[in-house]
Amino acid sequence: MKRPELVCPAGTPASLRTAVDAGADAVYCGFQNATNARNFPGLNFTQRELSVAVEYAHNAGAKVLLAVNTFPTAGRFDLWREAIDLGAALEVDAFIVADIGVAAYAAEKWPERRLHLSVQAAASSPEAIGYYAREFGVKRVVLPRILTVPEIRALADAIPCEIETFVFGNHGLMVEGRCSLTNYATGISTNMDGVCSPAADVHYDRADDGSITTRLGTHTIDRFAAGELAGYPTICKGRYLTPARGEPYYAFEEPVSLNLAALLPDLIAVGVDAFKIEGRQRSRAYVKSVVEAFRTAIDSVLAGEPPQLADLVSLTEGQKQTEGAFKTKKWR
Amino acid sequence: MQDLARRRSVSSPPDLSRFLPPPLFVLQPLLGFVVRRVAQKHPALFDRLGPHRRTRFVIDPRGLPFALLLVPDPEALEFRAVARGREPASDARIAGRFLDLLSLVDGAADGDALFFSRDLEISGDTEAVVCLRNALDDVEHSIAEDVAGLFGAPGRLALDMLRRARRDNGDRS
Repeated sequence: MKRPELVCPAGTPASLRTAVDAGADAVYCGFQNATNARNFPGLNFTQRELSVAVEYAHNAGAKVLLAVNTFPTAGRFDLWREAIDLGAALEVDAFIVADIGVAAYAAEKWPERRLHLSVQAAASSPEAIGYYAREFGVKRVVLPRILTVPEIRALADAIPCEIETFVFGNHGLMVEGRCSLTNYATGISTNMDGVCSPAADVHYDRADDGSITTRLGTHTIDRFAAGELAGYPTICKGRYLTPARGEPYYAFEEPVSLNLAALLPDLIAVGVDAFKIEGRQRSRAYVKSVVEAFRTAIDSVLAGEPPQLADLVSLTEGQKQTEGAFKTKKWR
Repeated sequence: MQDLARRRSVSSPPDLSRFLPPPLFVLQPLLGFVVRRVAQKHPALFDRLGPHRRTRFVIDPRGLPFALLLVPDPEALEFRAVARGREPASDARIAGRFLDLLSLVDGAADGDALFFSRDLEISGDTEAVVCLRNALDDVEHSIAEDVAGLFGAPGRLALDMLRRARRDNGDRS
């Protein structure tokens, strides 16, 4: 049985070390700028920090994957070029890219370095994935969270590269890399600036009855009653009132996290090469708990035992978890 | 979808009476000492804070008789207790049970999870709060342990007791 790689989030150097110590086979991280899709305040790595982190990971036998997975606009390409060059100089093991210009630059300048296709590229068909593999030498595709396990099996037989699937974390199914909701609401682009729901535009207003209203810019996203569980302040997880419905409803998605621990045997059987844990914006405590849980679960499956499943629900959004489209297209 | 809990479970707040702090005038120099030592030990923390070093944070540890004002400016550090009802003007406010806030600086809890469960409440400048959270989380060693260590064996004993109280109250890490 093939041993899949456990790919873990590292929003800070401390998180990276936590992930490696907890059993990550690889960690993914980004620089402190718009070149990656978690460009959040106080997060990410300086050049010096990444240098030290790569050495730490490599000494422990773990790989470092550098996310350069946003889309440069005209006149800004230098920043992405610098990120690729710096990553290569610091000896990261792979670049995670989405933009074809960035992919082409990395493939031409650093042909010995692995390229992984980010979920931000939203490539889910054999034709699209085959194109990236053929033109840029992409070695692995991170699949959008929209495919069932049988669909992944069919895809694995039809593409010339490895498959990475998310197994835990934020369950955002908007067509990744093409979602413009944040841009519409704030003028800042998830895809080009690297930040979904920028914190500077997020406001929480508490009413006397204990309810909290969440706003992004001038748009009200949700209102949580006192004691009601909350979710991320993103438009896609918001609850809205319309004249056609009597009650507020989730128009796009719901506050819920993906958890595929129970599907690990199936995913390994269909040939998934790497499992990704989402959450570079989360804490060391989250990284430690989730990485340890999936390390144990994967190792138990590889040993021919049922996956040992830790209870991670307290870390999930809205304290709810789902197997999403991996289980059925009718997950909502 | 497994809808495991729509509303958070209600638990009684722990009895903190045995940890009740001294009067504010006694507390202030201790807090000043603590924040200066933490700053000396973790200077990189300020780099992560960037422009939010001058943000005025009010931290409201529910269950204690006072709130805290933090201005994490290395040039003019401020960390002092403020009486409830007489809070100074601030840019951002963070409120939660004392033991949950302790868990955060102990590296034992996840801020997002506490937010999801409504055990952590923030208002004002959200970006500043996110930045502070990320900066503190990058401090590898437990800040709570650092602080406890400043007071020797009694400090470490107090931290052990608080950690036990947190576990008894249902650790949400």
